[in-house]
Amino acid sequence: MTNLHYDVVVVGSGPGGLAAAISARQNGAEKVLIIERDIELGGILLQCIHNGFGVEVFKEDLPGPSYAQRFIQQVHDLKIDTLLDSMVLETTPDRRLFITNRKLGIREIKAGALVFAMGCRERTRAQIRLPGSRPAGVYTAGTAQRWVNVEGYMPGKRFVILGSGDIGMIMARRLTFEGAKVERVLEIMPYLSGLTRNYVQCLQDFDIPLQLNHTVKRIIGNNRVEAIEAAAVDEQRRIIPGSEEIIPCDTLLLSVGLIPENELSRQAGVRIDPVTAGAFVDSRFHTSVPGIFSAGNVVHVYDLVDWVTQAGLAAGKGAALFAQGKLAVSDKVVRTQAGENVRYIVPHTFDPNLLAEEAIPLQMRVKQPIEAPVWVEAVCNGKSVTRKALPYARPGEMVTLNLKPDVVDSFRESGTLTVNITER
Amino acid sequence: MSETYDIIIIGGGVVGCMTARFLSRYKLSILLIEKEIDIGSVTSAANTALVHPGYDPVSGSLKAKMNVAAVPLWLNLSEELNFAYERCGDFVVAIGQEELPQLDELVERGKRNGVTGMSIVSGDEMRKREPLINPAVSGALFAETGAMCDPFGVTLAAAENAVMNGVTILRDTAFEDFIIQNKRIVGVKTNRGAFGCRWAINAAGLYSDVVMHKAGVRPEFKITPRKGEYLILDRADFELQSVYFPVPTEISKGIMATNSVHGNTILGPTAHDQDDKEDKTNSESGLQEVLEGGRKLIPCVDPRHVIAVFAGLRAAGNAPCETPGVDYGHDFIVEIPATIQGLVNLGGIESPGLSSSPAIALRVIDLLKDAGEKLVEKSDWNPIRPARPRFRHMTHAQRQAVIEKDERYGRVVCRCENVTEGEIVAEIHSPVPATTYDAIKRRTWLGTGRCQGGFDLPRVTHILARELGISETAVSKKGGDSTFLLRPTKQAEDDHD
Ligand SMILES: Cc1cc2nc3c(=O)[nH]c(=O)nc-3n(C[C@H](O)[C@H](O)[C@H](O)COP(=O)(O)OP(=O)(O)OC[C@H]3O[C@@H](n4cnc5c(N)ncnc54)[C@H](O)[C@@H]3O)c2cc1C
Ligand SMILES: Cc1cc2nc3c(=O)[nH]c(=O)nc-3n(C[C@H](O)[C@H](O)[C@H](O)COP(=O)(O)OP(=O)(O)OC[C@H]3O[C@@H](n4cnc5c(N)ncnc54)[C@H](O)[C@@H]3O)c2cc1C
Repeated sequence: MTNLHYDVVVVGSGPGGLAAAISARQNGAEKVLIIERDIELGGILLQCIHNGFGVEVFKEDLPGPSYAQRFIQQVHDLKIDTLLDSMVLETTPDRRLFITNRKLGIREIKAGALVFAMGCRERTRAQIRLPGSRPAGVYTAGTAQRWVNVEGYMPGKRFVILGSGDIGMIMARRLTFEGAKVERVLEIMPYLSGLTRNYVQCLQDFDIPLQLNHTVKRIIGNNRVEAIEAAAVDEQRRIIPGSEEIIPCDTLLLSVGLIPENELSRQAGVRIDPVTAGAFVDSRFHTSVPGIFSAGNVVHVYDLVDWVTQAGLAAGKGAALFAQGKLAVSDKVVRTQAGENVRYIVPHTFDPNLLAEEAIPLQMRVKQPIEAPVWVEAVCNGKSVTRKALPYARPGEMVTLNLKPDVVDSFRESGTLTVNITER
Repeated sequence: MSETYDIIIIGGGVVGCMTARFLSRYKLSILLIEKEIDIGSVTSAANTALVHPGYDPVSGSLKAKMNVAAVPLWLNLSEELNFAYERCGDFVVAIGQEELPQLDELVERGKRNGVTGMSIVSGDEMRKREPLINPAVSGALFAETGAMCDPFGVTLAAAENAVMNGVTILRDTAFEDFIIQNKRIVGVKTNRGAFGCRWAINAAGLYSDVVMHKAGVRPEFKITPRKGEYLILDRADFELQSVYFPVPTEISKGIMATNSVHGNTILGPTAHDQDDKEDKTNSESGLQEVLEGGRKLIPCVDPRHVIAVFAGLRAAGNAPCETPGVDYGHDFIVEIPATIQGLVNLGGIESPGLSSSPAIALRVIDLLKDAGEKLVEKSDWNPIRPARPRFRHMTHAQRQAVIEKDERYGRVVCRCENVTEGEIVAEIHSPVPATTYDAIKRRTWLGTGRCQGGFDLPRVTHILARELGISETAVSKKGGDSTFLLRPTKQAEDDHD
């Protein structure tokens, strides 16, 4: 590798990064590079050996590594350069990157356009301030998943899982297959935080009890976890005295949320939305810093990989156009605004001129579950733009509202588009 | 008795290791025994990490004398031993007019104790120096000799320098009893057999009472563990400029807010007595108390900033101060007791024990000389403990150079703190080798950032197994049965067939 200048550089090789690189190449970028700190391409999908990937994109139900492999093949076919076992240490607003690699040492790479696709990390024990002792045997669900599925080790035999996130539920099933006993899944909220499909396929089918409105009060054990003390909580999520129960176990898994990994983005000066913990983006996933795009879980936490791929495709196209000086700068901008019972919407803005050419998916999560038919309705200047009906709305399941080119007339001027999700 | 030494030090905290390091200057054979799998893993690893100026301890107490005597030693020591030490000064912050008079009292006490470099700053000045401080600040005491350090790093550096100069350290080796002949200590019994000695030094921290009682010394002396709980906040959210104490109360120095040598803010400690010397658990109420206390000084603190919690136990004793006329019942013990020969007795070394540790070590040497011990200096004593490369603190050019020599420095294993494989391997093969995950964590600060080891844990487990020549299922967090992994998966077993 002699030339360290690329048209488009993608940081991270998960489904978001792979799609971005492919799309950048297909949209005219000559020299495209993917930088990945792991020793293989694929990102988090490599440890997701369960099925459930690709239902939207391929209309097939694939395990994570197979889903990734289809894109990795394209990366090779398109002669996209890759730098594995290489960690990006630093970025600058003018799109220079500093990487470290065992063979190359420290290298500086200049990018015509940059796509951040660093994914996310898991929320830890400290972030939820779990009291008690600090023994071995308290792991995030993703760490346990890596151990079991990639390294080939079982971290325990009797588990309690805190949090009803998807990774935790998927691990409950995986550990049961491996002969472990999963005593219980505890969830502090009154509703599931992951997908209903995972609750049915991973917990119900294996008789693993889920207790809503419950949490871990304390971890017990000096060297290794010996038990946890579980307790019920009230509406304010305070522990209800007298509800405590000791559950013997040797491992506590935490599936209590994911946080976009945006340290590099911050260094580059990218503005971060405090609600999503990801970048403010437009419909091409262009961030507040010109030439820097952001795609996948680093923008907001997705539930389905198919949407991550789509976001990567859009970001890669934007990056390729920017690198070629072809990214149109619009005179108009529409802001999206989270309305009734909507926590956030991505993208934060879009160019209405683009809407004339292609549909723009608006993706959002609800604040409170509604277990009844709902309307998802977009409103601009007091007028309904479009709406769709859903059988229910749950915080664990992302809602997508497609803005189609036929509504472009609603946006003759710059303005604000509000989305509300309410009972039908 | 398998081996005989001139001196056996019982306990490898900062006091024991600092004593070993200063004694290693002399022609003596020295053994240090530590019951845990690693040195410095008890109180010396879990405290506020400050070198205090010395205005706080009761005037005339040994605490005050040791603290003030130690302050001038630290800068030179940090250069010789290459540990993290930053003399940023510290502030005692008065909130509201009613707390102001107490600052003058502290200044007076500081002067009596011999502290130099104290001044009173106005509320306005304080707000200027620390934009995050409670705007109701009415004034503050500034002491320029206050400093932050890495207390485990201090302990490790002292231990390594001792080993470089011939001291033997045995970990996972617990003192059980003395071997006494004719009122003279001639050896110690441990779980790994007996060792002979001419002198034993009790530096057992929380267990210093138990150890001295085995020699029949001070039967009335009792350590009451007093727990201090802490929160650590992510430096990505904000970084404090300095070290802030509230005005002290009768029982404790109060919940303080301090920067650390890592740049993360530390809030704490609480102060609650308990019976159990091993219980370092965090409680919901304790963490709440820290949060509320911390907000008194830094109102913007939010639970979302928290990246880690921990607790430490103060070895609070009940030894009366020996200075005539000083009425104080919780002083340090640094003595050679008259009732038995061959014992140097250190007890009740609670705060400011870290700050005082170099002075305590020098005092031990004086006591030995007074007892007739002829201490002959080694001609080849090396006071320098070299620093090992720390990728995080290097420029890109320095990084390039170290990777060219050893490519393992090019692979980052801890993504939040940027710790490389090269650094981990170096710690496993250092003078006081790291053999567990926690030992690596304390030495490199790996796993202490935002993701708290979620990313590095499987990778470090792998490196430890490889370098130590053990199975991954034998790798532990802190020795004993604290292993991470139970067995290979069924699938992996099939793969091996
Ligand atoms: C455990 C788990 C289980 C899931 N299960 C399902 C499922 O069953 N079905 C489904 O549809 N979806 C599932 N998802 C969701 C979907 O897989 C993810 O949303 C998707 O993989 C995210 O892709 P990404 O490209 O944004 O991030 P990732 O796949 O996380 O990729 C990010 C990549 O960036 C690299 N990187 C980060 N920082 C740097 C740096 N500084 N330098 C170099 N490289 C860096 C990382 O090593 C990583 O490879 C799951 C997600 C997780 C976490
Ligand atoms: C909450 C808190 C905050 C503090 N803040 C500060 C501060 O900011 N500044 C300051 O100067 N001081 C502070 N201190 C005090 C300081 O931490 C201690 O004084 C100091 O660490 C004591 O060191 P040590 O070596 O005596 O004890 P330890 O570090 O406890 O070492 C004693 C060692 O002896 C070993 N041991 C015990 N029994 C046996 C046995 N039978 N056989 C072999 N080994 C044995 C133990 O395992 C341990 O490693 C604080 C203390 C606490 C708890």
